[in-house]
Amino acid sequence: MTVIDSALDPRDATFAANREAMSALVADLRAKLAAVELGGGEAARAKHVARNKLLPRERVRTLLDPGSPFLELSPLAAWDMYGDNVASAGIVTGIGRVSGRECVVVCNDATVKGGTYYPMTVKKHIRAQDVARENGLPCIYLVDSGGANLPNQVDVFPDRDHFGRIFYNQATMSAERIPQIAVVMGSCTAGGAYVPAMCDESVIVRDQGTIFLAGPPLVKAATGEIVSAEALGGADVHTRVSGVADHYAHDDHHALAIARRIVANLNRPKGAALEVRAPRPPRYPPEELHGVINADIRKPYDVREVIARVVDDSELDEFKARYGTTLVTGFAHVHGYPVGIVANNGVLYGESAQKGAHFIELCAQRGTPLVFLQNVTGFMVGEKYEAGGIAKDGAKMVTAVSCAKVPKYTFIIGGSYGAGNYGMCGRAFGPRFLWMWPNARISVMGGEQAATVLATVRRDIIEAKGGAWSAEQEAEFRAPIRAQYEREGHPYYASARLWDDGVIDPADTRRVLALALSAARNRAPEPTTFGVFRM
Amino acid sequence: MFETLLIANRGEIAVRIARTARRLGLRTIAVYSDADAGALHVAACDEAYRLGPSPPRESYLAVDRLIAVAKAAGAQAIHPGYGFLSENEAFAAVCAREGIVFVGPPPPAIAAMGSKSAAKAIMGRAGVPLVPGYHGDGQEDALLAREAERIGFPVLIKATAGGGGKGMRIVHAAGEFASALASARREALAAFGDERVLIERYLTAPRHIEIQVFADAHGNVVHLHERDCSVQRRHQKVLEEAPAPGMTAERRRAMGEAAVAAARAIGYVGAGTVEFIAEQDGRFYFMEMNTRLQVEHPVTEMVTGLDLVEWQLRVAAGEPLPLAQDAIPLRGHAIEARLYAEDADRGFLPSIGRIAHWRMPEGRSGVRVDSGFRAGDEVGAWYDPMLAKVIAWGEDRDAARRRLIAALRECEVAGVTTNAAFLERVLAHEAFAAARLDTGLIERHRDALFPGAEPLPDAVLVAAACAETAALRRATAARARSSADPYSPWDALDGWWPGRAGTGVALRFADGDDVHAVAVHAGDGGALRVDLPSRSLDVVVREDGDALWIEADGTRLRASVAAVGEERHVFVGGARRRMRLVDPLAHAGEEEPHAGHLMAPMSGTIVAVLVKPGDRVARGAPLVVVEAMKMEHTIAAPAEGVVAAINFGVGDKVSEGTDLVDLDEPPA
Repeated sequence: MTVIDSALDPRDATFAANREAMSALVADLRAKLAAVELGGGEAARAKHVARNKLLPRERVRTLLDPGSPFLELSPLAAWDMYGDNVASAGIVTGIGRVSGRECVVVCNDATVKGGTYYPMTVKKHIRAQDVARENGLPCIYLVDSGGANLPNQVDVFPDRDHFGRIFYNQATMSAERIPQIAVVMGSCTAGGAYVPAMCDESVIVRDQGTIFLAGPPLVKAATGEIVSAEALGGADVHTRVSGVADHYAHDDHHALAIARRIVANLNRPKGAALEVRAPRPPRYPPEELHGVINADIRKPYDVREVIARVVDDSELDEFKARYGTTLVTGFAHVHGYPVGIVANNGVLYGESAQKGAHFIELCAQRGTPLVFLQNVTGFMVGEKYEAGGIAKDGAKMVTAVSCAKVPKYTFIIGGSYGAGNYGMCGRAFGPRFLWMWPNARISVMGGEQAATVLATVRRDIIEAKGGAWSAEQEAEFRAPIRAQYEREGHPYYASARLWDDGVIDPADTRRVLALALSAARNRAPEPTTFGVFRM
Repeated sequence: MFETLLIANRGEIAVRIARTARRLGLRTIAVYSDADAGALHVAACDEAYRLGPSPPRESYLAVDRLIAVAKAAGAQAIHPGYGFLSENEAFAAVCAREGIVFVGPPPPAIAAMGSKSAAKAIMGRAGVPLVPGYHGDGQEDALLAREAERIGFPVLIKATAGGGGKGMRIVHAAGEFASALASARREALAAFGDERVLIERYLTAPRHIEIQVFADAHGNVVHLHERDCSVQRRHQKVLEEAPAPGMTAERRRAMGEAAVAAARAIGYVGAGTVEFIAEQDGRFYFMEMNTRLQVEHPVTEMVTGLDLVEWQLRVAAGEPLPLAQDAIPLRGHAIEARLYAEDADRGFLPSIGRIAHWRMPEGRSGVRVDSGFRAGDEVGAWYDPMLAKVIAWGEDRDAARRRLIAALRECEVAGVTTNAAFLERVLAHEAFAAARLDTGLIERHRDALFPGAEPLPDAVLVAAACAETAALRRATAARARSSADPYSPWDALDGWWPGRAGTGVALRFADGDDVHAVAVHAGDGGALRVDLPSRSLDVVVREDGDALWIEADGTRLRASVAAVGEERHVFVGGARRRMRLVDPLAHAGEEEPHAGHLMAPMSGTIVAVLVKPGDRVARGAPLVVVEAMKMEHTIAAPAEGVVAAINFGVGDKVSEGTDLVDLDEPPA
């Protein structure tokens, strides 16, 4: 195989400046992650702990195999979205090892608004279920939630991908033999009661977990009956009388241990076939990625410098290296798993798109997972390119990306604009996971371009009416547009809305990808059938 | 000399006899019960024969079976060891009748010393000094009480047929006499089938000094100096040493001559021990004679350089004693510690179980270990729970003492609780170091010798965490090798979590009721960071066979950690602690014991029920007596109450933890 020869010098001043800029972004990311880890704040946490309950991330850690990694998804969900702090959208989701098997864990954070479901909570819960379904991973729900957030009910209850979808997913995933396990560690009221009820197996903690369609206040209002929560839907009644839950647990630790035992008995061997090698670290340390990426997003760099810091031994066997050179395609290994890499190295031309479509076909044919490194301003524009049929070349790549059934992983490592996002497997194209780097930007076009387009249209209208538009007026017009695009194109804005699965430190790219590649092996690959390629 | 020797015993003594016998070129025959089929003593001999089921009566005490095996194996001699049939006159007689040499004294000598009262009468006639007492045949309660008054309290009640502390009671005042008498009789009957007792003056600060004697069939009798066995608990020897501290040449000669006279008086042949009780001023009285090899014979061997088993075999073969009295050496000082499977902090309750980890200080200069166990062996309830004898020799007493402490620090046993830490404490205690010995030493220094729970050293937590992490790493690697995803990144053990500090391997260990959370973070080349509840420290761990070398705080310590189920036995830097790896599944299914139920402390047989339902009992009142591990355990009321139910009757077998008696709160 061919080893990428890095042209960068870590002692170089630009490298150092880049590193400083990226490290500042990563430090900011870590600070935000530390903030959301506190959930609903000190008072709520103290109250939670005083009830002898573990905090949500402690619950997850206790559930997982000792020392095993946890690939948390979208921890910045709901960031800066609602009037008050809804840290991580009040729910912790991710992939972790339980009794030797990768599972999706969905854990309510009762310290955040009682664990109630905001619109983003629902979206994040459903996204976790999608991850489970696509990768064939058992689902473990650590339930401690007051149900739908009533003030936001219009955005939580009625639509296709709202609250009801959770239960639809549980039923249909169970039908696909994807185990559904619930551990009731707090409230499970009203609709929430269906989470354990719809599960294959469930655990409930005494004096702590309750499951009922209507809580004591509603019962009293409806029938006048006065009953305690424990008597109405506690662990004893549900494991001994109603059969709504299966296992009686003494406390959080015990409940999580029972869940581990349940997973140990799932009889689910892992084994989607891949030609796996012994992993080798890259020749260039992943930490150097901080210095690789230009602090100025408009300055180009060779994406092979990124690939060299992600793949095993920095080896990349390029495909069509001499053709359509603004797209780098090639075969490599990540932590021993074979991958096909599709990476932007400039604007997309017709040739680059054709090359991409060809390479994606190869990977789909061979069952090789695809990794997209997205840093694209879009397809080339202009009379020459339109005449050359760049739209149909772009369509070929989009068709190939859409139909390829091999696992696809997208990292937005720079700009993600326009149709470039589509061809490079944006969120709409069903990548198994999509992560963003903290320097990334995502929008239909760049803020500057959008401002220019809108200003041009505006000027045409004004001048058609015989009016005049001064340069100052135009600048005043353009500024808020640029500001809006900068704000809405920011990775935190994207992550808050679940447009991605999280913002990650570039240095973690290799590890995140390796974990995701391994997790994907829990589901047998499906054959690909391509649609019509416009020739 | 005969060619084939059958060793009619088990455990360390069988192994020890086999060692000498094989050195002398004898073919050795082991015998075993079902419980001992895989025992070390079986492997120590050339051949082995099954005797029968595990109960001693059906195996090591089954005379007919032993004789049959001896004949089948062509054994010309039987060495009985100690305990079992070693002082059984009838067995010795059967051997003689069957033409098999019994390595021990002639039956009449055994018989003469078998009854303590008769033995004292003989000794009195032979001019051996005796403790004031009553040794008569009359056993009426009133007569015995009168005799006790005559001798003067405190007095000691002893089983006439007894030994080893069974059926023995100290009575401080006349009022306690009747109940103590009943209890002693009951224990004596159970242990020896004979409830007769004798009474003696109880000396308040006595020393136990015994003389090793040897006699041959040609009329020669010598003594091999004395042993001091004053350090005892409940009349069981804990430490034994030779020579006795403070012993003068004249007194040694006087005691030696008295012992030789005792042996001559009964026509003794072979190895025997004459036990004396000695006052602090040096006066001594005959107590009893043990007509066998003693447990503590190694201390004599270490100060004389002689092999007592070899002497026994030579004498049994008809040879004269190898040495005359004035040629018997005495060099340096030796101390023996008896390592028992017992819980010193819980009233020395015997501990049974499978030995999961076993390391003895073998190979240490000046240290000898006699043991019948190894890792994997079962310590059962059928036999004596002594695991090993650790003996240290030194130029002087303090050198021997320090060597023995160092040796005991290296004793690592997991699976059963041992008294090793207790032995170390006794040896290290100032009273023992200064040789202020008497049989009350342990009782007098209770507070220092039973210090209770000590704070958990950091090194113990660090060792446990490092060992657990190493085990986890091995298990993960083994599973990965056999999985379809052999290089999975999910096999990492750093607790990685994107954007956050990795949690490492998080573990929880319970030390009693205290739960300690520890996290281990792996670095390069065996470097680890261990986060303890109190602090975080960097350690370097190197695996060395089963052990770990842990370098932390500038010190390098050897650590062993044995896992027995969820228990973690940690041996590091002389500390030995048992912790529990917290597994929430392990105990959550168990119901908590009800406050009003009294449970059997261990498996055994009910020998007495002292109350009936409806009785109102005071706090501390004896309710039920359970015989277990050859000892009586009285179940007493923990608080005032009314007996609600007695769930078993006399003769019933009960297992550990069963509810014996239900107590209700007393009516107000």
